[in-house]
Amino acid sequence: MGEGKKAGPRRARKELAKGRGDAVTQSACALGGTGCEPAAGSGRVRGAVGRRLFSGCLADEASQKMSKQQPTQFINPETPGYVGFANLPNQVHRKSVKKGFEFTLMVVGESGLGKSTLINSLFLTDLYPERVIPGAAEKIERTVQIEASTVEIEERGVKLRLTVVDTPGYGDAINCRDCFKTIISYIDEQFERYLHDESGLNRRHIIDNRVHCCFYFISPFGHGLKPLDVAFMKAIHNKVNIVPVIAKADTLTLKERERLKKRILDEIEEHNIKIYHLPDAESDEDEDFKEQTRLLKASIPFSVVGSNQLIEAKGKKVRGRLYPWGVVEVENPEHNDFLKLRTMLITHMQDLQEVTQDLHYENFRSERLKRGGRKVENEDVNKDQILLEKEAELRRMQEMIARMQAQMQMQMQTGDGDGGALGHHV
Amino acid sequence: MDPLRRSPSPCLSSRPSSPSTPPCEMLGPVGIEAVLDQLKIKAMKMGFEFNIMVVGQSGLGKSTMVNTLFKVWKSNPPGLGVPPPQTLQLHSVTHVIEEKGVKLKLTVTDTPGFGDQINNDNCWDPILGYINEQYEQYLQEELLITRQRHIPDTRVHCCVYFVPPTGHCLRPLDIEFLQRLCQTVNVVPVIARADSLTMEEREAFRRRIQQNLRTHCINVYPQMCFDEDINDRILNSKLRDRIPFAVVGADQEHLVNGRCVLGRKTNWGIIEVENMAHCEFPLLRDLLIRSHLQDLKDITHNVHYENYRVIRLNESHLLPRGPGWVNLAPASPGQLTTPRPFKVCRGAHDDSDDEF
Repeated sequence: MGEGKKAGPRRARKELAKGRGDAVTQSACALGGTGCEPAAGSGRVRGAVGRRLFSGCLADEASQKMSKQQPTQFINPETPGYVGFANLPNQVHRKSVKKGFEFTLMVVGESGLGKSTLINSLFLTDLYPERVIPGAAEKIERTVQIEASTVEIEERGVKLRLTVVDTPGYGDAINCRDCFKTIISYIDEQFERYLHDESGLNRRHIIDNRVHCCFYFISPFGHGLKPLDVAFMKAIHNKVNIVPVIAKADTLTLKERERLKKRILDEIEEHNIKIYHLPDAESDEDEDFKEQTRLLKASIPFSVVGSNQLIEAKGKKVRGRLYPWGVVEVENPEHNDFLKLRTMLITHMQDLQEVTQDLHYENFRSERLKRGGRKVENEDVNKDQILLEKEAELRRMQEMIARMQAQMQMQMQTGDGDGGALGHHV
Repeated sequence: MDPLRRSPSPCLSSRPSSPSTPPCEMLGPVGIEAVLDQLKIKAMKMGFEFNIMVVGQSGLGKSTMVNTLFKVWKSNPPGLGVPPPQTLQLHSVTHVIEEKGVKLKLTVTDTPGFGDQINNDNCWDPILGYINEQYEQYLQEELLITRQRHIPDTRVHCCVYFVPPTGHCLRPLDIEFLQRLCQTVNVVPVIARADSLTMEEREAFRRRIQQNLRTHCINVYPQMCFDEDINDRILNSKLRDRIPFAVVGADQEHLVNGRCVLGRKTNWGIIEVENMAHCEFPLLRDLLIRSHLQDLKDITHNVHYENYRVIRLNESHLLPRGPGWVNLAPASPGQLTTPRPFKVCRGAHDDSDDEF
C-alpha cells in the first residue's frame, strides 16, 4: 500500500510516538500498527482516533523535527495573536486516553468459516481459550446463542475495551428461519439499555454496549450471497453497521475472488442492503490517505484469511497457514485482504461508533419513543391487572382465614374436654 | 494363440488346492478361463452404464469434480452468473465416453439448490423420490411379460455427497440426509474444496466425521456388511479409513516442473489435483472408476434394488402411495400372488433384508 515518502506532520508524529511510546502491555494490538515499520503497510492511524492518539502530546519533540509551522505555535506563547485554544486537541486527547475506548464488534456467520480464528488474528489475542466445538448431535438441538467476551487491550497507554459478540449456532439448523431473531433482539436490547441509561437520572457512567460493527462472514464456497445472508442483512442493516467479509479466502484463486466480490456487490445492490460505507477522505488530507481510502473502498468486501500460527517462510517467521503447495501469509496484501480489514477497522473505529450513535441509535430511539406511548399504556394495563390479581388473592386469603376460624371454633365446641391439646393459634 | 493350450499355472493360482482334488496340470486344462475373454468381448460390445448422482450445496465444486473425474469437458459448470434455483431441482446429463475400445454411458444427475434455502426441511424428499422412481422404472420393466433383453439401467449406482469443509463436524443437514439416503443408495461422502484445510485440519475433520457417521449409524459405501472375503475386507478397510476423501477439483491445466497437470493456480502455489500429497482425488477416482465401479453396480442391483422390490411387492395389494410410486401392472395377477424367489447373490443380502 502506498506509504508516501514525504514526511508529513502526522507521519513524523507517528515515528516519534514509537520512540517515546510506553511499553505495550497485554497483547500488542493492531491499534496503532503492531509496532512494525511504517513500510510494512499496516496503515497509519487516521481519523479522529489517530489524531487523538498521536497528535499533540508529543508536541515539544515534534517541534524539533518539524519544518511546518503548526506545532511551533503550541510552544511559543509569545507569538502575537496566539490565544492558546490550539491546545484543545491535547486536552481532549488526554481525557480520552484516561477514559479509554469501548468498542463492540459482532461476528455473524455459519460455523466453520473461521470467525474465531479471524478475531484472534485481528486482535492478536486468544479470546476463546477453552473453546469446545460442539459435536454433531449437540448442533442438532442447539439454537442460536449470543456469547459476548470482553478483553481489555492496552497499547502505549491507550486502553481499548473490546467486546466481541459471537453468535454460535447461526445457520446450523436445517430450518434457519428463526436464527436471526435472537441476534436482532440482542441488538435491540443493547439499544434499549442505552436509551434507558441515557434517559435516567445519573448519566455519568453509561456503559456503551451497543453493537458498533457487525462482521458478516460470507462463505467463499457459494456463488454469491445465499438466501439466508440476504435475509439476515436486510433484517439488521438499519440497526448496525454491516461489514461483509469473505472468509477462508485461501480457497479462491485471484480470478475467482474478483468474480465473487463483484457478484456479492451486485447482489447487495440488487437487494438494497445498506452496508457500511467508508467515509471519503476529506480534501485536506494528504494523497497517501486518499489513496489508501480509495484502495480500501475498492476492496470491499474484504476476503481474509486468519491464522495465529507462526510459519517459517522465506527465512522469516510469518503468521500463516502451511499447505503442501505453499504458504498463505496472513499479512501479505497479495495473498488476502487481512491488512486492509485491520486498517479499516482501526482507522474507522471512531467513525463506526459515530454512525452507530448518530444513525442507528437515533433511528431506534425515534422508533421507540414513537411507540413509547403504547408501551406505557401496556404498563398501566399491567398495573391494573396486577392490582386486580392482588385484590383477588387478598380476598381468597381472607376467606381461607375465615374458614379456618370457623373450623377451629367447631373443634373447640366438639372437643371441649381436650381444650389443652388444641393450643394452636391461628 | 490357442486359448485351450495355455499353461495351467493361472488355473492353479486361482483355486486353493485341496488334498482330495488332483492338481490341474495332471488332468490338463479345461479351458474355463476362456470364459473371461468371452465376457470381456461381450462387455465391450455392449458397453457399460454408470449413473452417478452428486449432491451438495452450491459452490462446492460438484460439476467441476465430475468433469475432473471423467474428463468430460462438455458439461460446463453453472457459471457464476446463474443464481442457485429457489427449489431443489434434479437434472441429468448423459455422456458416452470411450477409452481403449470400452464404451461407458455415463449419466450424471446434479442437484442444484440442495441445502441452499433458509428452510431446508425435507429437501431430501425430491432426491429420494427420484431414486425410487428409477427403481420403479426398472421394476416395471422387469415385471413385463415380454421383457427387453437388456433393460436400460437408470438406477443411481452411486451418490457422491459433498461435505463443506467447515473443519468442525457434520452439520445437522448432512446427518439427516445421509441417514436417509444410506438405506436406499450407495453413498460416498467427500470433503469438498479441501484446499481450504491444512493437512492436520483435514485429518482431524476426517476423524470427527467418521465418529459422527458411527454415532448415527450411517453406513456409507463400502459397507462393511457386504465384504465378501478377507481380501475385500482388507482392501475396503483401507478405504474406509480414508473416507471421506478430501478432494479438490480442477479443470484447468498448468505447467509444473515441465509436466502438464490439472490444478488450481494461486498466488502461493499450484494445487495439483492428481498429486496424493495435495489431495485425495486419485483415491476417489480409483474407487469410482478403476476398482469399484462394478461393485457399486452389483450392490445397487442386488441389495438396494431388491430391498425396494420386496417392499413394493409386499405392499402391492395396498393403494399406491405418493408420487413416483407407480401402480404395479395388474395384467399378470399370477406374478403378484407368488413373488419370485430372491436372487441370493450375496450371503449378506438376507441380513440386510432383515434390517429393513
